Amino acid sequence: MFHNVRQFNGYQFLTLSSRKLSRLSEEAQEKAHLRSGRSKNIETRRPNLHLRGMVFELHSLSLRVNGVEKTLDIEARVSLLDALRDHLHLTGTKKGCNQGACGACTVLVDGERINSCLALAMQYEGREIRTIEGLANGELHPLQQAFIEHDGFQCGYCTPGQICSAVGMLFEFAAGAPSAVTKEGGKLELTDAELRERMSGNLCRCGAYVGIREAILQAQEVMAR
Amino acid sequence: MNDFTYVRASDVEAAVSLLAEQPAAAARFLAGGTNLVDLMREGVERPEVLVDITRAPMAEVQELPDGGLRIGAMVRNSHLAGHPLVRQRYPLLSQAILHGASAQLRNMATTGGNIMQRTRCCYFYDISSQCNKRTHGSGCDAMNGYNRMHAVLGTSAHCIAAHPSDMCVAMAALDAKVNVRGRAGERTIAFGEFHLLPSDTPQVETSLAAGELITSIDLPAPTAGLRSIYRKVRDRASYAFALVAVAAAIRMENGVMSEVRLALGGLATKPWRATIAEQLLWGAAPSPGLFAKAAEAELAPAVVRSGNAFKPELAKRTIEAVLAEITATEGDLQ
Repeated sequence: MFHNVRQFNGYQFLTLSSRKLSRLSEEAQEKAHLRSGRSKNIETRRPNLHLRGMVFELHSLSLRVNGVEKTLDIEARVSLLDALRDHLHLTGTKKGCNQGACGACTVLVDGERINSCLALAMQYEGREIRTIEGLANGELHPLQQAFIEHDGFQCGYCTPGQICSAVGMLFEFAAGAPSAVTKEGGKLELTDAELRERMSGNLCRCGAYVGIREAILQAQEVMAR
Repeated sequence: MNDFTYVRASDVEAAVSLLAEQPAAAARFLAGGTNLVDLMREGVERPEVLVDITRAPMAEVQELPDGGLRIGAMVRNSHLAGHPLVRQRYPLLSQAILHGASAQLRNMATTGGNIMQRTRCCYFYDISSQCNKRTHGSGCDAMNGYNRMHAVLGTSAHCIAAHPSDMCVAMAALDAKVNVRGRAGERTIAFGEFHLLPSDTPQVETSLAAGELITSIDLPAPTAGLRSIYRKVRDRASYAFALVAVAAAIRMENGVMSEVRLALGGLATKPWRATIAEQLLWGAAPSPGLFAKAAEAELAPAVVRSGNAFKPELAKRTIEAVLAEITATEGDLQ
């Protein structure tokens, strides 16, 4: 029996103490189907895995990452971050705090930035997921180029999250989304105060913020052309 | 994280039916996941069934016939804060939301989930600590522990955990209503009655019945000429929970405050409508002396612990500053 053993690879196999297979009876599911009056209101798919005398409930999940459709069999408790790193081997997205505090795991979903560590992969089926690996298009994304030119990092661990976050931030900004420091009625400008506030969800322990700021401002100009 | 059965519901009825099949403690609705997934990873929440409501169609903002607004429970925090009608008619709500969490989290978190989020008390989060909210009757390590972030209003001998939401402070000030649906049908709960004081039962946090789901929030039509400010005082400039937050909306008419809405965050065990202060301010002419008196009266019942004794004074000063700014004439504001 394993209990609360945190692992990166094979995470989904090692953290169980015991397994109760689906508390939800088939009958309950059937009743819910009937009440809702639709044929496919509830989906449970279980290609179960038998391992060391235990049964693991796996879900066949289809994720669209960087424009490519990938199918994987995972447990429901696998985060989007772990699905990307450990199952799809896209290790560009980083695991920092694993509790939504540092932003290292930031990815884009339908163009919006989120913390993939607090997302269950199951919830993102059918969504357009973009990671740091999917930003370059023949040549580096303007933000990647700008981070290099302005030394927007030291150790580089927060960088994929910073860059994905900045991509989402510049999109939000261009769409006129307000921040906590935006004055209603005024012209929206990416001032220092706006940039700091809008990027506050990404921490850099090396303190490369000055370079990060310069890189984002340069990329904004390049992308506006 | 414990193992669980994941079920996806594509409409409200299916979601409510599914949850109703489960013992109350064993099942949870899953929306944005920003708080629930974190709590599950820490072992605080150990649901056996998760009913994913992400795809249930509750993500609309609609105008109500009376000029109010109906906000679907699945509307993301960022979408709500940036919605043109919210920015125009309820800038207090937009501002409050934008002062909470980070952009990434606001893109995930939902309106209903924000209302249902749990306290960030570090002893609630640490399953090796004593916590009456987590395990009723086990004791409270916060009382004589690290309690700098804890509540001074609405506390009990059993719990001093602060309610963490910014959005809810604005909703309390705006007299929002919470529409819920359960097996027995639909009902509406006044925002002030939704969250409960800890008293002897800190484990019971809301007036939701078992299996009930928040479907939408109604905001009453805003009064014309209402001016509002949301001010949050915290340990860093952005992305931190409130030490003190003040949501205020006031209408000035003929030199007096003809409508006063005041709510506090970071100070209380639930989103705190400052009714004592409001009563003193309503219909009166603004003055620094009156603001001080109102703030003093609101904070008079405060019970402080070793780490949060600074909060009543900080709250009073913040309230006074916000009231002064909001009632200042246009010329004074320059």
